[in-house]
Amino acid sequence: MDPLSTLWETFFDGDSMREALPEMLTVGLPNTLILAVSAALLGSVLGMALAVAGLSRTRWLRWPARVYTDVFRGLPAAATILLIGVGLAPLGMQVWGPNPYPLGILALSLIAAAYIGEIFRSGIQSVEAAQLEGARALGFSWGEAMRLVIVPQGVRRVLPAWVNQLIALIKDSSLVYFLGLLASQRELFRIGQDYAANTGNQSALLLAGLCYLLLTVPLTHAVNAIDRRLRRGRTVTVDPDDDGGLALAGETALPQPRTPREDPR
Amino acid sequence: MTAGTATTTSVSLAVRDVHLAFGANRVLRGVDLDVARGATACVIGPSGSGKSTLLRTVNRLIEPDAGDVLLDGRSVLRDDPDALRQRIGMVFQQFNLFPHMTVLRNITLALRRLKKLPEDEAVALARTQLALVGLAGKADSRPAHLSGGQQQRVAIARALALQPEVMLFDEATSALDPELVKGVLGVMAELSAGGMTMVVVTHEMGFARSVADTVAFMDHGVVLEAGAPEAVFETPQHPRLRRFLSQVL
Repeated sequence: MDPLSTLWETFFDGDSMREALPEMLTVGLPNTLILAVSAALLGSVLGMALAVAGLSRTRWLRWPARVYTDVFRGLPAAATILLIGVGLAPLGMQVWGPNPYPLGILALSLIAAAYIGEIFRSGIQSVEAAQLEGARALGFSWGEAMRLVIVPQGVRRVLPAWVNQLIALIKDSSLVYFLGLLASQRELFRIGQDYAANTGNQSALLLAGLCYLLLTVPLTHAVNAIDRRLRRGRTVTVDPDDDGGLALAGETALPQPRTPREDPR
Repeated sequence: MTAGTATTTSVSLAVRDVHLAFGANRVLRGVDLDVARGATACVIGPSGSGKSTLLRTVNRLIEPDAGDVLLDGRSVLRDDPDALRQRIGMVFQQFNLFPHMTVLRNITLALRRLKKLPEDEAVALARTQLALVGLAGKADSRPAHLSGGQQQRVAIARALALQPEVMLFDEATSALDPELVKGVLGVMAELSAGGMTMVVVTHEMGFARSVADTVAFMDHGVVLEAGAPEAVFETPQHPRLRRFLSQVL
């Protein structure tokens, strides 16, 4: 057999792919989604707490948030997952038995929170101080002003970066295989790898890769679409009909030159 | 139609010897200001003279280092600042509308969350206020889709919806294109005529002259001269005020 067709069969062997496909879709895909979606939710909640703590005027909140972020952004994801998943396993055993998922999700969330916290913080910081002043002048407390006025605007501005983080999370979810998975707990990568190891043929692993792309590429395009909308959506059109014919409205609405205020991250 | 219709009860306002420093920068150096109930005081003066900072000490967006602020003769410096700010409406140079909400929601937000009004009452009140500033048809627009003048009138409606006892205007027309200024000043003049107690920081000398009951001239953190508009504009005493007027009139 010539080397080229050997190479082709190593990666694109139809039989190997067909064999792996059912398990990939019924076991691997749901498990990957469970890991990624749970970690995205928990990571975003923790990330928001970190962002607000990082912006606090009290150094006892700011300082721990800073340290946390430095540590969890600085460690390799594999190291964090092993440290949490293996280190806390005896504790986890007593709470939910020998299931590696809770700790795996916790580890992924802790990592994601460090990045998402920084994303949210930069978004919140990009909201003009005048917005806070406007809300405070109406009588809102600092907390209410943040929750109702500042945070919603800040988060909107960093949605693309946040979605990027979800993409990273989908890929990083493959690392929970370190923690030892039962057959029914395997996610996309582990199933692909098992087939590849058994057959010596990489096609199943390539199929796993395609499944990841199926999840991540649409998200990448969603990021671009959101980004475009944020850039363009702010283009201001003033409609010239105006004022409802009222006497005191002695003004004509003219389009005003206005540049997008969004921070185009 | 008057923009002040929704006004309930105005109060008198007094600022007594207010001092404020940002580090070594002494922004307010003993400011006094008296505004009778229902009266309008215009504060004029060069940029950086402390006018805007003075307004912010009245509703305690900035806490003064020393001095006192009195509403109806009672000091407000020990009140809950959030509750105090519900009694004092403020309008900013840059409008400070919330861009992620419709015009209507900009107005109902505080009514719902702070005044705890039911949704239908809040909406009805907001629509009334919008109609009073001539923007009944804009309730569902986003602020970014309005002209600057319209945005500022929404900001005024938002402040008035809370039925404040005093209104503060911080260069409310300075960010507007010249042709949009008149509509906003018109709303402010009606509010003044309707008996709202107002402090108006402005560069619009024509407005100060025709609407104000008192004009105060500030420079370097003090009120150098204050009095009836005729006195301040026709027979200014302080040389600094004379120089200022010769440059702006």
